[in-house]
Amino acid sequence: MVVELYLDLLCQPCRSVYIFAKKNNIPFEFKHVELLKGEHLCEEFDKVNLLRKVPALRDGNFTLAESIAILLYLSRKFNTPDHWYPSDVQKRARVDEYLSWQHTAIRAQGCNFYRTKVLMPLLVGKPFPAERLERAVEDLKSTMKQFEEKFLQDKPFIVGSEISLADLMAIAELMQALGAGWDVFEGRPKLTEWRHRVEEAIGKELFREAHEVKRDGAKMFVDAPNETQRLTWC
Amino acid sequence: MVVELYLDLLSQPCRAVYIFAKKNNIPFEFKDVVLFKGQHMSEEFGKVNPLRKVPALKDEAFTLAENTAILLYLSRKFNTPDHWYPSDGQKRAKVDEYLSWQHTAIRAQGSKVFLIKALVPLLMDKPFPPEKLEGAIEELNSTLKQFEEKFLQGKLFIVGNEISLADLVALVELMQPVGAGYDVFEGSPKLAEWRHRVEEAIGKELFQQAHEAILNVKDMAAAAAQLDPQLKEKLKQLLQKNLK
Repeated sequence: MVVELYLDLLCQPCRSVYIFAKKNNIPFEFKHVELLKGEHLCEEFDKVNLLRKVPALRDGNFTLAESIAILLYLSRKFNTPDHWYPSDVQKRARVDEYLSWQHTAIRAQGCNFYRTKVLMPLLVGKPFPAERLERAVEDLKSTMKQFEEKFLQDKPFIVGSEISLADLMAIAELMQALGAGWDVFEGRPKLTEWRHRVEEAIGKELFREAHEVKRDGAKMFVDAPNETQRLTWC
Repeated sequence: MVVELYLDLLSQPCRAVYIFAKKNNIPFEFKDVVLFKGQHMSEEFGKVNPLRKVPALKDEAFTLAENTAILLYLSRKFNTPDHWYPSDGQKRAKVDEYLSWQHTAIRAQGSKVFLIKALVPLLMDKPFPPEKLEGAIEELNSTLKQFEEKFLQGKLFIVGNEISLADLVALVELMQPVGAGYDVFEGSPKLAEWRHRVEEAIGKELFQQAHEAILNVKDMAAAAAQLDPQLKEKLKQLLQKNLK
């Protein structure tokens, strides 16, 4: 019985898990849990994850929540290449450090921005007050600055010269802002170069596939949004 | 040269690192970073952790932030007993799962109750409206319910029969609202029993030592009263931002 991965590619951590599994040829069954249809709230999904969130994993009788736990579990079970989670103790610590920090930093601010710009207006039927959006933008900008100065610095990847789980989680979070109409890479050459390196390391086709989530016929994350798309989503 | 651990035991993650190091007889130099004196904002500390947070670790030229990373680093470097971070793939995954979830759950809600109940009265010119505290307590209770139902369930510890990093990190976070006068264990016998098991596994003396500062609101009040005005202003702004 193959591993089941419960995913909605609208969600950043789901994309990281999806890309990791595909890139490493890990056999799995894609179980689509459509968040916008509330499928994460049904009783059936409770049996997989009581926290009612995606991503989630089921391996026989074993169920697991939280993208970081899932990525680490898959990396160990399927013995993936060392660079994803290096066995060198200090490099590994650097990956752990990023994965821990990002919860209340890039992920939190990224989600807040996406929620404010796209999700809440969808739910309440009108845009949020401008100050809320401005604050969300400022917070995300400030976090990205910390990301560049503390985690990326002048290195090709977060931990040395090869892609790791840290870069994989980071890229998915930053791509979310693109889906909300803000090209966070514009005007940030270092970040843009890092993005291209990460895309190359993953493989452009797989990267596109993971980010080609459609909504209202528009591909949400693949290209920088045009004016019409921005208007449609907001 | 021993490992240096930069800590303020008022901070939950610092207590987890301190207890782990002491319990496992890991030789380290305790570098006191008094948050109430703004010592985390100093240039010197900036070289250890540019994120300017505690805990932080320095192992010769290697510096490290984030308590999860520090705990795992110490467990590997000093080869601590298996139960802390089990080598069994599924048990280890359960520890990872808890350590990941808690950031935006128990840690976030527990901190919020502490900030509103203990720090706001010390630092702000006037208290927050009571609904703010009530709301924070409600969120914390809801998170505690998830903790009991999903993570603890009917087990002795979060992962099976022995204490792990998950229990350590969980308990130090839950002691924060206790320090502010909100006893999260009252009214939940299962939670209270788990707490006692974790304290026993750590050792009551070490546990008490680590929690002396947080359980002494009087000393906190005294420290806050002596705050440098500029620092007080910075802390006020941070509080407002975190509690919006």
